[in-house]
Amino acid sequence: MAQEAQKEKSMILQKEMIEGLFNDLANAKELGKKVCYTFIPGNLSELIQTFDMLIVYPEINALQNAMRKKSGGYIKEAERNAHSEDVCTYVKCDVGMMMKGNIGPTGQKLPEPDVLLLSYTGCFTFMKWFETLKREYPNATVIMVHTPYQENAEITPEMTQYMVKQFKEEVIPKMEEVTGIKYDEAKLKRHLKLSAEAEDWITKIFDTTKHKPSPIDAYFAGVYYIGPINIGFRGTQKAVDYYKELYKEIQIRIEKGLGPITPEGEMKEEKYRLVVEGPPNWTSFREFWKIFYDMGAVIVASSYTKVGGVYDYGWRHNPDRPLETLAEYCMNCYTNMNIPQRIELLKKCIVDYKADGYVTNSIKSCNSFSAGQLGMMREIEDSLEVPVGFIESDLVDPRYFSYSNIKNRLESYFQMLEQRKKMEKETAAV
Amino acid sequence: MKELNELIETCKNYAFDLNFTKAKEWKEAKKDRVLVGYMPIYFPREIIHAAGGMPVGIFGGGDNKQIIKGDAYYQSYICHIPRSIMEIALDKHMEHIDGFIFPSICDVIRNLSGVFKQQKIGKFVKYMDFPQNFLPEIGGVFYQQEMEHVLKYIKEINGKTPSTDELNHSISLYNRNRSLIEFIYKIRQEFPWRLSIEDVYNIVRAGTVIPVEEHNSILEEICEHIKENIGMPQDKIKVVVSGAFCEQPSLGLIRAIEEAGCYVVDDDYMLGSRMILGDIDASSNNPLEAIAHAYINQSQYSSSIYDVHNPKENRLAKIVKDRGADGVIFASASFCDPSLLDAPIFQNAFDKMGIRYIAFQYSENINQYKVIKEQVGTFSDSIKLWEDDTTVLA
Repeated sequence: MAQEAQKEKSMILQKEMIEGLFNDLANAKELGKKVCYTFIPGNLSELIQTFDMLIVYPEINALQNAMRKKSGGYIKEAERNAHSEDVCTYVKCDVGMMMKGNIGPTGQKLPEPDVLLLSYTGCFTFMKWFETLKREYPNATVIMVHTPYQENAEITPEMTQYMVKQFKEEVIPKMEEVTGIKYDEAKLKRHLKLSAEAEDWITKIFDTTKHKPSPIDAYFAGVYYIGPINIGFRGTQKAVDYYKELYKEIQIRIEKGLGPITPEGEMKEEKYRLVVEGPPNWTSFREFWKIFYDMGAVIVASSYTKVGGVYDYGWRHNPDRPLETLAEYCMNCYTNMNIPQRIELLKKCIVDYKADGYVTNSIKSCNSFSAGQLGMMREIEDSLEVPVGFIESDLVDPRYFSYSNIKNRLESYFQMLEQRKKMEKETAAV
Repeated sequence: MKELNELIETCKNYAFDLNFTKAKEWKEAKKDRVLVGYMPIYFPREIIHAAGGMPVGIFGGGDNKQIIKGDAYYQSYICHIPRSIMEIALDKHMEHIDGFIFPSICDVIRNLSGVFKQQKIGKFVKYMDFPQNFLPEIGGVFYQQEMEHVLKYIKEINGKTPSTDELNHSISLYNRNRSLIEFIYKIRQEFPWRLSIEDVYNIVRAGTVIPVEEHNSILEEICEHIKENIGMPQDKIKVVVSGAFCEQPSLGLIRAIEEAGCYVVDDDYMLGSRMILGDIDASSNNPLEAIAHAYINQSQYSSSIYDVHNPKENRLAKIVKDRGADGVIFASASFCDPSLLDAPIFQNAFDKMGIRYIAFQYSENINQYKVIKEQVGTFSDSIKLWEDDTTVLA
C-alpha cells in the first residue's frame, strides 16, 4: 500500500495558492475578471496581472489531468476526432478535455478565454495549439507575440526591439481593449520587482543541491517548486513568501544533514547525484520517481525546471526596463536556447553540482526538447567523461510509459555508476 | 528547342543528385562564388543570388539514400528528414556548400540548425526566424534584419554587398521563375494529361539545385511544349495534395497517386518555389523591404505561418475551387507536427464545407505504396461512381 506523502508548510502554502487560483477561475464571471489562456515558457505573468486577468495554462491542465489519470481518455477522445497519434499529447489532452465539457483538473469547469495570448517561445506546437483553440473559441481575442529564437546564442538589441514593438503596438492595446483597463507601467514595475525577488529565492533553492547530501531533488520535487513562479504567481508577494518559506525549510534540512523528501518520506542514503534533461512523465510520476529514490539517486539539476526561465547566469526581471525585460525573459527560456547553449548549461550543472551522471528522459511527443538530445548526450559524455543514460517516455499519454523497460534501463545504468565509483575508489587507493 | 522528354530527364537527374554536382561546377567556374544550402520550406533565394551566391535546396535523401549515421542523431519518433540531411552531411556530400540556412518550420528543423552548429558543419549556420507578426513596420522590419544577417555571412566569405540594382535584378529573375512554374500549373489545371505531376515535381525540384537562369530557360522550353495539345486524357478525378511541404514523398509515391486514378492539379510538394504569389516589386529603392512586404502580403498559406487572421482552411478551399478539383488528399510525413496538427482543422472545416478528402501518412524513404494506392484508388472511384451533386465548395 502506498504511504501517505509527507507535507511541509511550503507544500500546504502551494496547495492553497493553486486551489485559490482554480476557485477564482471557476468564478471568473462572478468576480468580473477576464480570462487569459497562455503558456508557461515566455509567460507574461506580470503584464497579465497588470490588467487584472486570471490565467489558464493549458499545459498545466494537461499534466494535472495526467497525474489524476484522466489524460488517457482525453487523448483518445481527440484521436477519435482526427488528431494523429504522432503529435504532442498535451494538445490532445487539452482538446479532449474541451470536448468533454472543459472540466478542469480540480473538477471545476474552466472559463472560456477572453484572450488567447500566445507568447510563442521555444515551441512551434504552441502556435498550432492556439490555432486549434481559436477555432474552438472564435470570440476570444488572439494576441500573438513572436519570440525570436536564440539561434546565434545571443539576444541582440534588434531581437529585443522587435518584441518591445509587439508589446507596444499589439499586446498592450489589445489587453486594454479587452479588459477596459489602462496600461499602468508603475503597476507593472511593482510586479517585476517582486518577480526578481522570487527569482533570487528560487535560484538559491536550486543551488542548495551543491550540499552533500543534497537537501532537495531538483527534478521530481523541482517540478513542484517551480509551480508558483511559473503558473501565474511570479510577480506577486505570495510567490515571494512561498519561496522564503521553502528556503527556510531547506536550510533546516541542510543543518540536519538530511536528504530530499520523497513521497515515502526522507531519502536515507544519497548514492548517485544526477542531472536530468527533458520533461518528466506525468502519468506515472510517482512510479517514475520511485525508481530513482529506491536506488538512492537524487537529481541535483534538471533542464525541465528551466522551461519557465533560466536564472542560472544571474538574469533577473528588471523593473527599470519593464518592456525590454519582458522581452529578454521570453527569449531566455530553456527551449528558446540553441543546442550548443543547452549543452553548455547542462555541463555547467554537472560540474557545479558535482553530478555522477547525466540522464536523458526523451519524450515521444515533445520535439522541442527531444530533437537534438542524442547529439547533446554524446557531447556531454565526451567532454566531461560522465556516464550517460537514456530512457524514453511521454508527457501525458499513459500508453508510452513502460515501467519495466524504464526500470531495466535505469538499473543497468545505476550498476554502471556503481562500478565506476568502485574503480575510482580503487584508483584513489593505489 | 530540346525534346520534352529530354528536358524532363535532365531535370530528374538534377533534382535527385545528392552530390549537388551542378552547384559544385557552378562554384568552381569562378572565384568568390558562394553556395548556400537551405532547408524547406521557403527562403528568399533572391538575396543569395544578388550577393554572388547560389542557393541550393536541401530536401533530404528520399529513398535514394540509406540512413546509417543519421539514425544515431534522432529517436525513432522524430520525422525522417533530419536524419537523412545529417546522413548527407556526414557522408560529405555537401562539403562544397559554404553555409546553411534553416528556415523556421518546426522544432525539429530549428534544433537541426543547432546540431549543425554543434558539429561545425559549414562556414556558417543560420536559423532564419521568419516573422509571425505581419505588420510591415514590426514583422517586416525584423525580416529585413534577418536577411541582412544572411548577407553579412556571405560577405564574410566573398566580401560582396549586393547593390540595389543587383537585388532588383535577382528579384526579377525569380519573379520570372515563379510565373513560369505557375504557367505550368495553369495549363495542367485544364489539361493535366500533358505533363504528369511526377514530371512537374522533377522540373520544379531541379530549379532548387541549378542556377535560376538555366532553370528559367528550361521552364520556357517546357512551357512551349505543353502549350501544344499533347497526351491523352484519362478518366481521372482532379485532386489537390496538401501537407507534404517539408519532408518530400518519394517519387514513386508521387507517381502512385496519379496512377491510382487522380490528376494532381495543385500540391505543396515544393512549396518554397511557389511560396510568393505573384511578383515581388523589382523596382524598389529598398529591395529587402519589397521582399519582406511580399512575404507578409503575398505568401501562400503554410502550416508554419500563424494563420488566425487568414484561416488556412478557407485558403485551401479556394485553391480546390479555383483549380476545379474534386477533392483533397492530405499527405503528411509521419511525425510531422505542423502538418498533422493542421489535419483536424482542415478536416473539420471540410466536413462542414462538403469538400471530400482522404488522409494518409508517409515517410520519405518508403517505397511500398500498395495500401496508399488502394486508398487513393477507392477515393477516386467513390467520386467517379457516386458523384454527389449536393457538394458545395466554399
